[in-house]
Amino acid sequence: MRAVIAEDSVLLRVGLTKVLEMGGFQVPAEVGDAEGLLAAVAEHRPELALIDVRMPPDFTDEGVRAAMEIRRRWPGTAVVLLSQYVEERYAADLLSANTSGVGYLLKQRVADVADFVAAVRRVADGGTALDPQVVAQLLLRRDNDPLARLTPREREVLGLMAEGRSNAGIAQALVVSESAVAKHINNIFAKLDLPVVDADHRRVLAVLRFLGASRA
Amino acid sequence: MTIPAGLRRTVLRARRDTGFLAAGVPPHLALVPVWAWAATTTARTGNWLLTVPTSAALVLLGTPVLTAVQRARYRVLIGVDVPRLTPTAPEKRTWASTARWLAATRPWRKIGYHLVLGPLLAMLELLVLVLTAAGLAGATVYAWAWALPTGIRQDWFGNLTQRPVYTAAGLLLLCALPWTARAVVRAEAWLALGLLGPSRAQRLQERVDQLAVSRTDLIEAVDAERRRIERDLHDGTQQRLVSLAVNLGLAIATRPDLPDAREVIARAHLEAKEAIAELNDLVRGLHPAVLEDRGLDAALSGLAARTPLPVRLRVDLEERVAPSVESVAYFVISEALTNATKHASAMRAEVIVRRVGGVLRVRVTDDGLGGADAAGGTGLSWLAKRVGSLDGAFHVSSPVGGPTTITAELPCAR
Repeated sequence: MRAVIAEDSVLLRVGLTKVLEMGGFQVPAEVGDAEGLLAAVAEHRPELALIDVRMPPDFTDEGVRAAMEIRRRWPGTAVVLLSQYVEERYAADLLSANTSGVGYLLKQRVADVADFVAAVRRVADGGTALDPQVVAQLLLRRDNDPLARLTPREREVLGLMAEGRSNAGIAQALVVSESAVAKHINNIFAKLDLPVVDADHRRVLAVLRFLGASRA
Repeated sequence: MTIPAGLRRTVLRARRDTGFLAAGVPPHLALVPVWAWAATTTARTGNWLLTVPTSAALVLLGTPVLTAVQRARYRVLIGVDVPRLTPTAPEKRTWASTARWLAATRPWRKIGYHLVLGPLLAMLELLVLVLTAAGLAGATVYAWAWALPTGIRQDWFGNLTQRPVYTAAGLLLLCALPWTARAVVRAEAWLALGLLGPSRAQRLQERVDQLAVSRTDLIEAVDAERRRIERDLHDGTQQRLVSLAVNLGLAIATRPDLPDAREVIARAHLEAKEAIAELNDLVRGLHPAVLEDRGLDAALSGLAARTPLPVRLRVDLEERVAPSVESVAYFVISEALTNATKHASAMRAEVIVRRVGGVLRVRVTDDGLGGADAAGGTGLSWLAKRVGSLDGAFHVSSPVGGPTTITAELPCAR
């Protein structure tokens, strides 16, 4: 798999390249701003773009805008945003158009190399990876909807689903059995009035409902 | 021989004062020829149709020039600044607003000063100068009396008792001169400030305007400085720390074969991540970039989510308010939530932000121990000052046993 990197700090660019290469990615291009990123994606058509949110010239949300543009123009390229701080608004922007093939993580998560590589691979394969802090912020903003009916534990499970984890991953994170996780997930489906279709689709719908991206 | 410093100062001041008074004579007399000509010509010809408008025009034209001359004289010669009277021109030019603007320049006082008071002041100035000259002449009579023609010398300075009397009188005059001149200078300065400068109300108004502008500038400068520090740390130290943690992470991931070093590296890795988290909290407290980019509502998500207790957030803002208001509101909420967590052992908190007319109302309530004191804690008194800097109202209600409610009302009309 190939990935391009957009990060204005040269120091970090080197580190990110090493991490991705260790995770089995090829890095055909690394750039320092959004314009260069779009050009690199157009040229290389990578499976993944790893993007810093704050880049020249304005150092605000250049990365978010570039990521949305990439998802619009090249649907085959998944995007992972990295930032010193995560902001629910940027996540909402990013997720408003797409909930697959997107990720939004704190920069410091890169330091846990194995977890980070796994998250990036998940996104490159069409999944999602949201930082727990993003999830916390999104949860905070939704207390007047069906999600309010969820117990704290169920919210936790749903948050982990939104991070893109499997049942096994959720069970591991919460230190419970997989069957307990399955029970929580069924409760979530029921409380959110999700139609009985195949489990994966319901799972996606639940996450969409959770993210507020579902208008259905 | 050394001259005592006190005497030296007195002499120098007297010299400066008399110089100032001498310089006042020509401008103070400048308008006399105008009205003298007008009066005599009118009296001679009996026709005022030419003379009165002409002299009025000359007076009107001369007034600003003479005012400028006088202002320069006061400033350069005795260091008194007669403030310029320049009311801001009206935005909409109507007859009424133009008239108000003209009245604010106080034309009659200026004309009165140059036309009527000026000649009187010139008389006073001339009197002081004459007294000075007489004093000098009397005091030094022995030095020059011999040069006079014999007749005059014998008539006026012949008598042996006359010269000592002249000398004594001259010295007396010279001794009195510094205080006389000073008194006249003071009187002139007082009159000029009253008649050529702005009124007390105008001066205060101007001062208030200046202070308001400089206060706004200062607040903006503080915010800009915080942004700059935030940016520097973000681009520098924070990236370095992340890079450090990433490299340590890579070391752990790629070299599992070094059992001795592994533990040390793992600890360094952990500490690097903790340092990142601590620095992030500190830097975000300085000035969150998202506050500038997306506004108060967006910035509060991150703040509330990072607070270790459940926070209910209710923000009702249709449009963004001024950056300085957003930033003060943010810091009020941030500090209130920090207090709730650290000192009040609260279980939950609620943040309400809403705009009511021209006022942004921020209220943070927690169910903690209470007992917070707006005057005591540095954090709260600092908040009160920041809110005050925007002419806002700040209120803390925190009975012992709780709950604590912190309210800030910030004017935000744009």
